[in-house]
Amino acid sequence: MKSGQAAKGGRTAYGLLLPTWLTLGLLFLLPLTVLLVISFGQRGTYGGLRPIGDLGHYLAAGAFLANYQRSLEPIYLQIYWRSLWMAVLTTALCLAISYPVAYYVAVSAPVRRRNLLLGLVVVPFWTSFLVRTYAWMFILRTEGLINHLLLGSGLISQPLELLYNNAAVMIGLVYGELPFMILPLYASLEKLDLSLLEASADLGAGRASTFRRVTVPMTMPGIVAGIILVFVPSLGQFIVSDLLGGAKTILAGNLIQNQFAVARNKPFGSAVAFELVVGVLLLLFAYAVYTRRRGEEVLL
Amino acid sequence: MTGRGDARGAKGSLLLRSHAGLVYLFLYAPIGILVLFSFNQGRQTASWEGLTLAWYRSLFSNGLVLGAMRNSLVVGVASTAVATLFGTLAALALGRYEFRGKGFTRNLLYLPIIIPEIVVGAALVAFFGVAGVRLSLATVIAAHVAFSISYVAIVVRARLSGFDRSLEEAALDLGARPLATFWRVTLPLIQPGIVAGALLVFTISIDDYVITSFVAGVGATTLPLQIYSMLKVGVTPEVNAVSTLLLAVTVALIVIAQRLQQVPVEQEANR
Repeated sequence: MKSGQAAKGGRTAYGLLLPTWLTLGLLFLLPLTVLLVISFGQRGTYGGLRPIGDLGHYLAAGAFLANYQRSLEPIYLQIYWRSLWMAVLTTALCLAISYPVAYYVAVSAPVRRRNLLLGLVVVPFWTSFLVRTYAWMFILRTEGLINHLLLGSGLISQPLELLYNNAAVMIGLVYGELPFMILPLYASLEKLDLSLLEASADLGAGRASTFRRVTVPMTMPGIVAGIILVFVPSLGQFIVSDLLGGAKTILAGNLIQNQFAVARNKPFGSAVAFELVVGVLLLLFAYAVYTRRRGEEVLL
Repeated sequence: MTGRGDARGAKGSLLLRSHAGLVYLFLYAPIGILVLFSFNQGRQTASWEGLTLAWYRSLFSNGLVLGAMRNSLVVGVASTAVATLFGTLAALALGRYEFRGKGFTRNLLYLPIIIPEIVVGAALVAFFGVAGVRLSLATVIAAHVAFSISYVAIVVRARLSGFDRSLEEAALDLGARPLATFWRVTLPLIQPGIVAGALLVFTISIDDYVITSFVAGVGATTLPLQIYSMLKVGVTPEVNAVSTLLLAVTVALIVIAQRLQQVPVEQEANR
């Protein structure tokens, strides 16, 4: 019965998937292809695309790589470098802050309170990133709460410049991404077999050694998933750097947005966007290889 | 269980608990401050001068904000309806059938979740430009459908794998036809998953800024776009009030969605 069902099922499955394939093909694969093609083009006079006269000559002269060449100029390399180290630092800080929290919720908190504690992480996971970032703008700006309190207490006489610097962007990034680290860590800590920790202790391992040699390896899937979930959006971040960093902390995301909305140089913006996609896909490919090797469950 | 916790040392556990407390404070204090100050009388937004609802009243007489709310609602409802249907069908295909191209379909569904939003927005606006599609509210709805399908598929797929196939097989053995089995057994069982998925993508839709900012045409300003343009001009108590409203709606939806996802399958089946 099973095999017959599977054979017959193919056509039904294709019918069920047709709307999804059409939508994602038309609104994901095709646009990404267009983006790639445009990245080889050149900007026209009015912000559109310049028509290519002789395609053979255009390709032979290497003109199609002009945007990628430009994207390697020092001023842009500096932006990618900043995006990279900020994403790495955000991920490291989130991991260091989240692991003990996830451990507390999954292992040490009273059982009856676990659902509430977990729910309190899930809510910011899904709620408006924009509003949560704005909250920091409200707190950190020159007329904001911190300056108001410090001025009021007489500790300072001039308001501090707390916004529009790298530190403000880092606070916003860590704040925004924290739930995305806590949840996957919780999921794998919850599955942790506590008797293994006991066994390790009985065999004479100290607590640090048990943590390093049992707990961390057992929860590695959650650690890796959390790193991916935090690192990828941080790398393509736009809102946090725009609101809390302003013109001083430009990240790759801001560069792309600027080329599309302000500078009206879509080909160059597309080239930068594509470089970002390639970077992210390489990372995810490594992740896929890792999970397959571990034999981890998949979501779909 | 608690005995083991005690054995691990009270000092370590106190440290763990205080750390968790501080992190929860870090997560909620900024939001709390924002909400609190949306009720503050003072225009000088950082000093507390007493409670008022004035900013909410001024929101509801602000044509731009009302228009943005209406747009967000239209986009949210339309894109959620379409994405929920498509995503549920996709989840059924993935959960119930073996077919060639399954791996490809899975990867395709992961794409909208993993590609950075800024790239998705740029790709869509480049595509609409080349295809000669004028940006409008319709392009916003199309974009939202595209990134929402995957979330519905994942939530419904999880629900499908959580219940016993023998229920369906029993219905078939008792002579119910496949379609009748679907309507009377499968659908009621996965319904909480479908509703939860719909609530989640509605939340994502009314929250989305980055992709929407690329594909919204003139007159298609949604609530997050409106908030963004307001706070770029200047931080006012109205921004706090409208942010609080958005927050309240999304939090309510998320809490309901969470509850639904926790309804155990057996309890549904025994009803």
